Amino acid sequence: MSLTNIFSIAGSGMNAQSVRLNTTASNLANADAASSSIDETYRGRHPIFSALNNDILNLGMKGNGVNIGVEVTGIVESDAPLQPRYEPHHPLADEEGYVYYPNVNVVEEMTNMISASRSFQMNVEVMNSAKQMMQRVLTIGQ
Amino acid sequence: MTINFDKALGIHEQALQVRSQRAQVLANNLANADTPGYKSRDIDFKGILQGQVDIAKSGTSMKVTNNKHMAGQGLSSDMNTLYRIPQQPSLDGNTVEEQIEHAAFMKNNLDFQASFTLLNRKFTGLLKAIKGE
Repeated sequence: MSLTNIFSIAGSGMNAQSVRLNTTASNLANADAASSSIDETYRGRHPIFSALNNDILNLGMKGNGVNIGVEVTGIVESDAPLQPRYEPHHPLADEEGYVYYPNVNVVEEMTNMISASRSFQMNVEVMNSAKQMMQRVLTIGQ
Repeated sequence: MTINFDKALGIHEQALQVRSQRAQVLANNLANADTPGYKSRDIDFKGILQGQVDIAKSGTSMKVTNNKHMAGQGLSSDMNTLYRIPQQPSLDGNTVEEQIEHAAFMKNNLDFQASFTLLNRKFTGLLKAIKGE
């Protein structure tokens, strides 16, 4: 029954979006975490989404198998350059007077956050509709 | 005299099945709205219905009697999911357009309810015939 698959599909979507929200929260919280060396500085983290494929659950549909949801295959750190700032009086400043700030772009993270929460809402709505359809089916013959 | 459910219920049973499978495909599109490179898909309901109508008209259906035969078009058991042509493709190769998918999902939901109501009427009719009220 493909209606029950919708619950796992929308659930996987909600899970992926919540991982994305989580990384965004982490990036924003650490946006101003200064450090004295390039290696120790926090770097922006981003999840990688990919479509989940499973042919076992798609017996009804031959040919090109339909995906069943989305998965987070990993979380990568951003390669963008860090921001060195000349602050000689900062307690974490190195010998040359520089402190390193994370490569987190706050504006980008905010748009990411809005997009993630909108997509999450969308998946919730899909799940709600699937629930209504399922409940209708259960009343057949009454 | 026996009641043949396949004949008594008509096309609505298959229609309900196609609707629920289309709901799955559309839900999957919405779940992958942010997946880079994902291509949006849909089921061609019209094509499937046409196949059913052709079968009903000619009274014959495609049968595979030899393993070298190719599968025919029509029955709900071999639904091909086709790729949607995007109106505004995005830079990351994703072709899901949330508003279109959402509208299609809602319409499919209503069509599902319509098919369900028709199927339910058939059952009610059968019940009435059995009770003889």
